[in-house]
Order: sequence, then structure tokens, then C-alpha cells
Amino acid sequence: MSESTTTEHADGDDLYTASQWQLMARKFAKHRLAVWSGLTVIALYMSALFCDFLSPYGLEDQHIDYIYAPPQRLHWIGPDGVHLVPFVYGIKGMRHPETLRKVYAEDRTQVYPLRFFARGTPYRFLGLFETDRHFIGVDRGGTLFLLGTDSLGRDLLTRILYGARISLTVGLIGVALSFVFGLSIGAVSGYYGGWIDNLIQRLIEILRSFPSIPLWMALSAALPSTWSPLQIYFGITVVLSFLGWTGLARVVRGKILALREEDYATAAVLMGASKRRIMGRHLLPGFTSHIVVSLTLALPGMILGETSLSFLGLGLRSPITSWGVLLQEAQNVQAVAMQPWLLTPAVFVVVAVLAFNFVGDGLRDAADPYGR
Amino acid sequence: MIHLILKRLLWMMPTLLAISFISFALIQLPPGDYLTSYITALEETGESVAEEQVEALRQRYNLDEPFFIQYGKWLNNLLPFGFTRQDSGSYLWMYSEGGVRSFNWPGFKWPDFGMSFEWNRQVVELIGERIFLTVVISIVTLLFTWALAIPIGIYSAVRQYSIGDYAFSVLGFIGLATPNFLLALIFMYIGYSVFGVSAGGLFSPEYVEAEWSVAKFADLIAHLWIPVIVIGTSGTAGLIRVMRGNLLDELPKQYVMTARAKGLSPWTLLVRYPVRVALNPLISTIGWVLPGIVSGSVIVAVVLGLPTTGPLLLRALQNQDMYLAGSMVMLLSFLTVIGTLLSDILLLWLDPRIRYEGKA
Repeated sequence: MSESTTTEHADGDDLYTASQWQLMARKFAKHRLAVWSGLTVIALYMSALFCDFLSPYGLEDQHIDYIYAPPQRLHWIGPDGVHLVPFVYGIKGMRHPETLRKVYAEDRTQVYPLRFFARGTPYRFLGLFETDRHFIGVDRGGTLFLLGTDSLGRDLLTRILYGARISLTVGLIGVALSFVFGLSIGAVSGYYGGWIDNLIQRLIEILRSFPSIPLWMALSAALPSTWSPLQIYFGITVVLSFLGWTGLARVVRGKILALREEDYATAAVLMGASKRRIMGRHLLPGFTSHIVVSLTLALPGMILGETSLSFLGLGLRSPITSWGVLLQEAQNVQAVAMQPWLLTPAVFVVVAVLAFNFVGDGLRDAADPYGR
Repeated sequence: MIHLILKRLLWMMPTLLAISFISFALIQLPPGDYLTSYITALEETGESVAEEQVEALRQRYNLDEPFFIQYGKWLNNLLPFGFTRQDSGSYLWMYSEGGVRSFNWPGFKWPDFGMSFEWNRQVVELIGERIFLTVVISIVTLLFTWALAIPIGIYSAVRQYSIGDYAFSVLGFIGLATPNFLLALIFMYIGYSVFGVSAGGLFSPEYVEAEWSVAKFADLIAHLWIPVIVIGTSGTAGLIRVMRGNLLDELPKQYVMTARAKGLSPWTLLVRYPVRVALNPLISTIGWVLPGIVSGSVIVAVVLGLPTTGPLLLRALQNQDMYLAGSMVMLLSFLTVIGTLLSDILLLWLDPRIRYEGKA
């Protein structure tokens, strides 16, 4: 290799010595949409982690005078000219003369500029120390309902941020558990074959031919009523994963059946490697990327599952706040027609699911060594 | 091939038996039974329940017997071959004045799905009156899905990375990411706020109880499209992805190039070979359509207030109406098993590669 071309070749040399994961990372970075989606996912998890700081109010703060208040708009231009920091007008509620419904109007005389690191409801930051600073807020007397309020006068933005905590992690734990089940059961089924394989395949068939809603309902109804909401939440993730592992087990089994016949596997057998070693050392690395992809693609399914079931009243219930629980308020048309902002949690669900799907797609392309 | 089908049919027996056991266990799993929840519901409204009446009901429905006896009786009733129940309530023998008169031998009989507690009617009747509309919705949805997804999938694969492909991909992803019930809510919201009509249900109010007529049929068609779009969207989106991916895998293969080199017109070539191969996954999932007929659209049906079997199942499960719920769960699983078998047979028939693999 000549001196003059070293710089040019540096990249190429890297390519030959790069590990499988480095190659994948490189390919993934080229997939613009997937990278942006990945950032979205990270942003969602970050906002879930710091939800008590980011949200303007506390989770259960009720504003009795502002029930079903519509979203407040942020303004830049006020009666006194352009503001550097956006502000909201105060809102006042009154009874509609005919329908007697409460309607809200902006009170243009009251201007509340947005305050950063404003004082509000105290909370424990990450469980470490007590503080009452919120990322955004307004001065006393003003209100900041950027996404409106619900039937109890609670700020919807706050509740959505807190709901992300539950909705986004339900899937994680569920996927982790179904990963463990699916991988080990699928591997055993594929490698040992014979009657074990037959038995496991029948078991999967039975589980899959079971309609999921009855299974879900019965299992969640069977959770003891004395359990705390947190325990029920955990129980439900276990239930989700109990239904979720069969797909992964099938994929793993299929892959093992195919890889078992490869020459290098035969070579390992001839050299006297134990079954466990062949499986863990030689066969598993052959399809780790597939597993990562199917896990990413399983996450949105779990988020949708939680949302749908909570919406139906079968999953989580208040006082737990998840996106599905928030959507319960939007269950009938009248409520949606009068208060369309109650549907905003669904926007978050769609964005999260889309982002996960795109990341999964990007990973799949990146993991495919024969990709175009 | 026949050998394979027979083997699969034999395997169905233990599978179904296991499913029946799990169904029954699941329905029994939540604490209490229909009567206890019924009594609590009555007491909440302030009514009191006579002790003797409760006892009589418990006796009548065998609610106090051990689990396995209850399961055995239920299973026996479901099967087309088994013991018939005598007037005295016993399955095994017949009483007369002098004591046991004769033993009862198993024989062929009609399956008996039992009574629904809540509706106080035969389970068969309850399912029967809802199944027709459910089947109509499911089949129309399936046709809608295929009619849309297959051409779009083919187009997206053949014109990969074209503007149309991107547009359909974005639409498809959004369709996949939107929960069904949300779509239903949005449709109802638009119907309510723009057209001032309620989009729920399958009939206008004046036709709900009416006899079948041309006008009622037209009314059904006019209402049908909303549930069909709502239920079909995510399936369509998924199918487009599958179709596109499969076809993209097939197109660069050598047989396609060979056929093209031999001068086959692009269209004939496309439809005759790669599309046929790419359709395989559609056929292997056709089996899931059957159970979907009964349960697939529960959530949408609840939101839209459709008179289908889904909400019936949901209510039955919530109220622990065990014979209704049990029969429906059993029916669903049965349909899935049959459906999987059907799609396997279809695959064997359509795809020679699988057929020969089976022989080897």
C-alpha cells in the first residue's frame, strides 16, 4: 500500500477489521430516518425519566376552576409589542347561556410570561432530593395548560409526561421477559429436536390459537385485588410477555435448525464441543442481530397492547397514569367532540410506535449482511 | 400429502383437548363466579337476594362441584359423542321409583353449549344471531385489505424508492402505528362534527329492528364502510409491507432474469412468477382470518357499537358468564386450529417446494 493512498484506504482498512457490530452501526447511521427516529425514542425516554421536572404541574394537581379547559396558546406578540419570551393570556371560565356548559375565553388583560425553572408543586427529583423547580411554569395566579385539562381539571401535558413512564416501560420489561422465554425455549426446541421439539411446537400452537383478549382478561382478573397498583402493573407486563414469547421462539428455532446443518457446526461437533458450547458459542452469534431487530419491532406492539387494553378498561386503571388510561376519558364521541384535546395522548402513542418501527427497520437493514 | 393432513388432523385432538382445559381453567380463574358477581351487583342497587333462591341457582348450575367434575360435565356437553343428561340431572344412570333403573351408555348427540346466565338463553342462539353480521364484516374487510394491499405492494416493489413508494410507505407506517380504536374515534368525531350523524352501529335507528329488505340492505352497505376501513387499515398497512418485502426478495433472482431474457413481457412475467411466490405469506396467514371473524375487532366493535360477537364475548368475560364465555373461547380456538390447518393445506397445494420437502 503506497503512502499517498493511506488516507483513502484508512476507511477501507477499517471496514475489513471492523466487527459485526461496528459494521451494523455504520450502516445504521446512513439510514437518516432511522437515526432521527432513534433520537426521538431517546428523547421520549428522557422526558419520561425527568417527567416531574419537565411538567409544569404535579401529577394529581387539580384546578377546580378549570375543568375541561382547552389548550392555551403560546403568544409572542402582545398588546405591548413583541415579547422575547412567549407568554400566555389568563383564561376565565363562564357558563354558556344556552347549554350551561362551561366555556373558556382568553382574558387579554392578563399576561403571564413563561418562566423557566419556575416554582411549583414540590417533588423528589429522581428520588434524590426535594425541590419545587419545574422546567416551565407561570407566575402565581396564571395557568399554563398547553394541552388543556381533563374532567378533574388536571393538566394534560403533565399527565402525558408522567404517562410516558408507564407506557414506555411496560413494553421494555415485557420484551425483556419474552426475550428470555423465547430465546431459551426456541433454542432448546431447535437444537434437541425430536419429541422435545414436537412438544414445544404444540405448546406454541396452543398458546397462539388462544384468542388474546380472553387470555389477557382472565389473567389480569386473576391478579389479587390486594396488590398495589405497582404490583398489578408488573403483573400485567408479565402477562404481556407470557403471550409475546411464542413468535421469538419460532424464529430462534428456525434459525437454529438452519445453522445446525452448516459446516462449521459440524466441525465443532467433530472437535468434541459440548452441545451447550456449540449453541452459545457458535450458533447464537449467527442470529443475534435478528433477535435485536425482532425485539425492537416487538416493543411498539406492546405499547399498542397496553394502550388498547387500558382503553378498554382491561389493563391499567387509574390511579396509575398511562397513555391508555388517559385515553379512557376520550371513550365516547360526545367527549371527543366537545373536548378534542383529550385525544392528544394518542398522538404520543402514534409517534412512539412510529419511531420504534423506523428504528427497527433501520436495524433490520443494518443487520442484513446481504443488504442492497 | 394426504398422510400429512391426516397426521395434522390427529394432532388436532390433543391440541383441542388442551385448549378446552385451559379455556375452562381461565374462565374459572378469577375469584368468585357469575352468581357472586350477580349478587354483589344486585346488592349495590339496594336489592336483597333470597338465600334459598341463590342456593337453588347454585344447585342448578353445579357451581359447588369440584373443578374437575364441572370441567368433565362441560366437556361432555360440548362433544358430539358422549353421555346424554337424564331428566334426573345425572349423566351415568337413570332413576326410577325402585332405584337405579339402567346405566346410560355414551352415544352420538348434538353438542350442547349450555345456557348463558346473563341473558338466560341458549348460547347457540346468542352467538347465532350475531354471527351473520360478524362474518359479513370480516369478509368484506378481508376483501378490502387484499384489494388494496396486493396492488399497492406490487407497485411499491416494482417502483422501489419512487415518490409513490415513499407515499405509500409513510401512509402504511402511520396506519400500522395508529391503534384501531383511535381510528374509530376519529371517524366518529368527523362524522359527528362534520356530518352531524353518529357513525356508530351498522344500521340507521329505523332499520335496527326491521325485517330484512332491500332498503335495510342498502342501509347496511351505507354504514359498513366505516368499520371496514377502521378494522382493515392496520392489516392493509402490514400486508403492503410484507408484499413489498417479499417481492423485493424475489425480483433480483435469476429465474426472473432468465424469463426476461427469453422475452416474456414484463407484466406477464411479474404476475406469473414472482408475485405468485410473494403471495405465500398471505396464504399462510389466511388461517388467522377465521378466529378474527369472532374476536379480531372486539375493541373497534365496542367503540363503534357494532352488533357483532366481539362485544358479546367481552361482556361474557367481564361478568363471568362462564358457559357463554367458555363456548366462545372454545369456538375461537377451534376456528384458529382449523384455519391454520387450512392454510397449511393451501400452501402445500400451491407451493411445490413445500410439497416436496414434506415428502423427503
